[in-house]
This record gives sequence, structure tokens and C-alpha cells, in this order.
Amino acid sequence: MKWVSRVGVYALLIFCSVLFITPFLFALSSSLKKLDGVYAYPPSLIPNPIQWSNYHKAVTALPFGQFLLNSAVITLTCVAGQLVTGALVAYSFARLRWPGRDLMFLVLLSTMMLPGQVTMIPTFILWTHLRDFTGIDWVGTYKPLIIPSFLGGAPIYIFLLRQFFKGIPIELEDAARIDGCSTIQIFWRIVLPLSRPALTTVAVLSFIGHWHDFMGPLIYLDRVEKYTLQLGLRMFQTVNGGFTHYLMAASILVLLPVLILFFVAQKQLVQGITVTGIKG
Amino acid sequence: MTKQARREAIEGVLFASPWLIGFLVLTAGPMIASFLLSFTRWDGISPFSALRWIGADNYGRLLHQDPSFIKALRNTGFYAMVSVPLGMCAALALALMLNQRVRGLAIFRTIFYLPSVVSGVATSMLWLWLFNPSFGGINFVLHSLRLPEPGWLSDEGTAMWVFIFMSVWGVGNTMLINLAGLQEVPEHLYEAAALDGAGSLLRFRHVTLPMLSPTLFFNLIMGIIGSFQVFTSAYVMTGGGPNEATLFYVLYLYQKAFEQFQMGYASAMAWILFAIVLALTLLVIRSSKAWVHYEGERAS
Repeated sequence: MKWVSRVGVYALLIFCSVLFITPFLFALSSSLKKLDGVYAYPPSLIPNPIQWSNYHKAVTALPFGQFLLNSAVITLTCVAGQLVTGALVAYSFARLRWPGRDLMFLVLLSTMMLPGQVTMIPTFILWTHLRDFTGIDWVGTYKPLIIPSFLGGAPIYIFLLRQFFKGIPIELEDAARIDGCSTIQIFWRIVLPLSRPALTTVAVLSFIGHWHDFMGPLIYLDRVEKYTLQLGLRMFQTVNGGFTHYLMAASILVLLPVLILFFVAQKQLVQGITVTGIKG
Repeated sequence: MTKQARREAIEGVLFASPWLIGFLVLTAGPMIASFLLSFTRWDGISPFSALRWIGADNYGRLLHQDPSFIKALRNTGFYAMVSVPLGMCAALALALMLNQRVRGLAIFRTIFYLPSVVSGVATSMLWLWLFNPSFGGINFVLHSLRLPEPGWLSDEGTAMWVFIFMSVWGVGNTMLINLAGLQEVPEHLYEAAALDGAGSLLRFRHVTLPMLSPTLFFNLIMGIIGSFQVFTSAYVMTGGGPNEATLFYVLYLYQKAFEQFQMGYASAMAWILFAIVLALTLLVIRSSKAWVHYEGERAS
């Protein structure tokens, strides 16, 4: 009886795994076929012949390198801003005592429930009309996409870092203070080095979030040379929709950085998800 | 206040200032602005002098004269009502299986978790191709099994199910949270229940579920909020079609705001969305007293 249920569990797990992994395999296989192979019936999972040049075509059909660079610049800048300002704010909520702190923390938590659409429109109007006051362009540049990350970024990451900081033994900070360290020194020399795991988690999660962001660039970027990979891929779809093999190759390339990051930093990701989930 | 306490307070506010400024400029200010905008007619781009105050007209038009809005509301409501429970069950089932001390746990976990990490345009492309009625993999499998082959995204009746299917594919996140919750259930509770003669079903009902209920509660709230946010996949895969069958709420809001530049109208939509999500969240929190069990609390 026990034996039967065991086999049942494995059978189900393997069945589900196939279900979960098939979309990737199907896309990968299509990305390596010739066009007539893509539309062949019955479809085969193993491409024959394997056409690697699809990837070359996908990359050269659009200014792919430019899009990659744009995505990388936006994403990495956002991650940097998120890490620096997110950690500063989180430390303030975790350790420093100031009037109104607990109330503001409650406010921070409740903003997580606020649908982004409520603030999206006035924020767009703000960036649009900032031009009248400053004389420089805001919409059409990366500023509206990047600046929020330097203002604390996403509340969920502030929350995650605060939880971690609260777990660091306060004696270390007290000892450093007696030795004459200032708050910023304690933060920089003691708290941050001890928080490597939490900071990595936040970096990975926010990288993935910004890399996939579609609506932000869609709203704010209007010139093709400023486009991110997500917008570029969308453009590729509308222009070359029929060339499924190129489209699949391009999609896989866009996913590649996230896939690599996923396999390298899976441990941090799992920890991050479970910490925010359980303690939330 | 001592000198030291004052110093700490100043530092505290300084450290928190990025978020405090961000909150004022990017959240609180826009919230008020959005609320006010919802009573106006304005394209958001022309000078402020073009702004017209029209009272509650936007809300009236939305609720009484805009069939597309009602359609979007219904679509999203249906999606939420089906995909959230389905996703919760799938995530729980997967986590329960992985919690059976299976071999290859890390591999299975990776496979189930991966889809929830990838999203955006590329994933939408994958699914668009997979659900292609003539050449996609899904209809090929159905054909081989001699099952009917739906038109999927080209058919009004089935298009929404593609999105529901995709959402279940992305439950890895929720599954991980469940798995962590399951691993925190103390072993001795199961042993005690077994000693009392409880079979596996009873143990699940009286040990696992109550101990996991705070986790499920968290997942439910996050699931509801997330289900009202579908945008990228709908924008890329269907654009809301066919015949508005996949016109999701946020997609319609986007069209009104950034394609037709009816900023006042779209702001009213945003506030209705906020009200709905808030009401549902409060409802779940209210109901939680009846089904969420917190360790250390006396059962009442």
C-alpha cells in the first residue's frame, strides 16, 4: 500500500514536471528549426536539421545589441538604487528610533496593497509636465524608470531587508558605537557586510522584476533607439510575426539572462520568497 | 529628548528620507491627484487650463454607458475567481507531494519554480506559439489523443482559459511558500495525531491545514491582488480580443489612459479597481478569523 502511493507520487511529480518544462522545450526546438520545419505536421521535438543561424538572424534583424545594452543599463541602475536606498531606509526602520517611525512603517506596508494603476497616471502627468518647469525632457528618457528605485524602490524589498537587519545581534552595533563609530559607519562596516545574503536576494529579485518590466518602458519610451529588450521583442513580433523560428530564438535570448541568474542564485531566490511569504 | 535621542531621530529621518520623499512624491501625492483627476476630463498632456471639472460623470459613464468596461470587469472577475482557487490548489498539491521526502527534491523544485520566475513578453511569445490552433504543441497532443482541438486564443469561449492555464503554470512561487510552511509544521503534532489513530486524511485535515492556514491566507491575498494586474500577456497575446473576450481590467485602463489619453476616465477606473481590491482583501481578512489558525492563540 505504502509502496503504491509512493510510486503514485513520483508518477504525478514526473507528469507535472513534463507539463511545466514543455513550453521551454517546444520553444527551444522551434527556435532551431527551418521555417518549413516549424510548420511541419506532425511537429517533431528534435529539429532536423538544426539551424543555429536562426539566432544570428534574430539578433541582426533588430538592433538587438542596442536593446540589450538599454535593458542592462536600466536594470542594473535600478538594482543599484534599490540596494543602496532600500538598505538605508530598511536600517532606519529596523534600528533607529524617530518619532512616527512605527506609523510610517505601517504606511509602507499598506502601500504594498495599492494597485500601481492608481499612481501610474498622475506620475506620468508629473513627468510630462516637469518639462515645463525644468526645460529638460523627462518622458522619453530613462529617468522616470530609474528614479523610483533611488527613492527606496519597492516596499517589499525594504520590508525584506528590515526583517533581516532586525535579526542581526544588536550587541555588535552597540560595541561599535562604544568604540566611537557613527551610525553611517556602523551601517556601512558592520550591518551591510553581515547582510550579504539578504542583499543578494533583493538584488536578484529586483533584477528579474526590472528585466521583465514591460508597462514602464511602454509608457515612457517613445524612440526605438531607447527601447528595452521587452519592447524590442514586441516590435519584432509585430514586424516579423510569421517568422516563428526567429521569434522563438529572440524570445529565448531575452529569457537567457534570467535563466542563468535563476540557476546561479536559486538558493537566494528560494530564501527570499520564503522569508517574505512566511513572515508576511 | 536627550541630545543623543535627538541625534538618532535626525539620523533616522535622514536614513529613511529616500522613501519618505518617494512616498510623498510618487505615492501620496499621485493618490490625491488621481482621485481629483477622476472627476475631470483631461488628456494629461495639454496645459492645465484644458482640464474640465465634470463631477462624478466618469463614474456614471463607466457604470452605465460603457459595455467594454463591464466586459473588462466581468472578464477579470471570472479570471480571478477561477485562477486564484485553481492556483492555490495546484500550489498546495505540488508542495504536499514535494514534502513527502521525495528523492530529487531539488530538481523537482527547480522545475516547478522556474516558470514563475520568467514572465514578460518572451513568455507570452512561448505560449502564443504553444497554443497556436494549427501548429502549436497543445493541439497536436490533443489531436493525437483524438480529443477536440479548440481554437484557443482565436475563440471567444476558450481564450480566457489560456490565461488561466498560464497562471497555473506560474504557481511555483506560491508552491515554494507552501513548502516552507509545511516544513515548519512540528513533527510531534503528526506523531501525536497518529497515536490517536488519525489516518493520513485526518492528519491532513486536522494538522496540516490548520498549521498551514496563515501561509494559505497570505497566498490568497497576494493571489487576489495579482489576478487583477494581468497586463503584459494580454497586451502581447490578444490585445483584448477576440471580441473583448480577454479585455482585462488593467489592459482597458491602459488603453484609455495611454492610447486614447482619457486620463480622467482612466483615473476613475483606477479608483474602482482600488476599491474592489481593497474590499476583497478586507473580506478575506474578515473571514480569516474563521479559518486561519495562529499558533499560540487559544482556539475559540
